[in-house]
Amino acid sequence: MRPDQSPTDPDVDLGVARQRAELRGGTASLLAAIAVGGAVGAVVRHGLAVVFPHPPSGFPWATFAVNVSGCLLIGVLMVLITEVWAAPRLVRPFLGVGVLGGYTTFSTYAVEVQQAVAAGAARTGLLYLAGTLVAALLAVSLGMTLARRATGVRRHRSAG
Amino acid sequence: MTVLLVALGAAVGAPLRYLVDRAVQARLGAALPWGTLTVNIVGSLVLGALVGGAVPGSLLALLGTGLCGALTTYSTFGYETVRLFEEGAHHRALIYAGLSVGAAIGAAVVGVTVAEALWS
Repeated sequence: MRPDQSPTDPDVDLGVARQRAELRGGTASLLAAIAVGGAVGAVVRHGLAVVFPHPPSGFPWATFAVNVSGCLLIGVLMVLITEVWAAPRLVRPFLGVGVLGGYTTFSTYAVEVQQAVAAGAARTGLLYLAGTLVAALLAVSLGMTLARRATGVRRHRSAG
Repeated sequence: MTVLLVALGAAVGAPLRYLVDRAVQARLGAALPWGTLTVNIVGSLVLGALVGGAVPGSLLALLGTGLCGALTTYSTFGYETVRLFEEGAHHRALIYAGLSVGAAIGAAVVGVTVAEALWS
C-alpha cells in the first residue's frame, strides 16, 4: 500500500507487511494479549474517573488527563518499537492496541462534550473539546520527540 | 464488582477494535484511518444511547466504560493524526482530526437524543 513501512495506524496497519501477516502467527494469542491489555487500561481509566469525578457542567479533568497522558505514551511506545527496537510479536498488541487503547477513550470524550453543553455549560464543553484535541496531539509529538532524542534516532526509519 | 464489569467489557471492546480496524482497512484502504474513525463513531453513538437511556450502573460499567471505552481510542487517533502530518499529508491530517471529533460528537448527540426520546 505504501512504500514506507512505518505504520500510520498503531492498532494495525495493513500497509506494514509484518502486521498484515500477524494473525497467521496465532489469532488466539494476539487477541488475548489485546484483551488483557485493554482490560488493564480500562480499569486504570475507570479508577481515575472514580477518584476525580466532575459535575455534568464541570471540566472532565480525569478523561482529559487520561487521553493526554495516553497520547504521550503512544508517541514514546511507537518510536521505540518501530524506529529503535524490533519488538517481539505481542508487544504492540498488548501495550499499544490493548493497554493504551483501553486506557484512552473517544466515546467518553464525545459524550462528556454533549453532557456539558446539555447542562448549560457550552463554554466548558467547547474548551474541553478543543483543549483535549490540542493537548493530545502535542502530547503525541512530545512523546515521539523525547523518545527519538533519548535514543538518538533522528527521524523515522522503516522497521515494520 | 464494577471493576470486574469494566475489565470484562474492555476485554471484548479492545480486540473488537483491532478486528473492525483490520476489516475496514481491508475494504477502504489507508487514505485516511477509516477503521479507527469507524470504531470511534460507533462507540460514541452507543455510549450516547446508554447515557441517554439512563441504563443501570452495572450495565453502564460493562458496556459503556468497559466496552465502548476500549472500543474507542484517543491514543490511536492522536498518533495517526501526527503521523499523517509528519508524512507531509497536512490536509489529510486536518480532515481526519476534524472528521473524527465532529462525527463522534455528532454520533454521541444522536445516541443521547434518540435514547432519551425512546425511554422517556
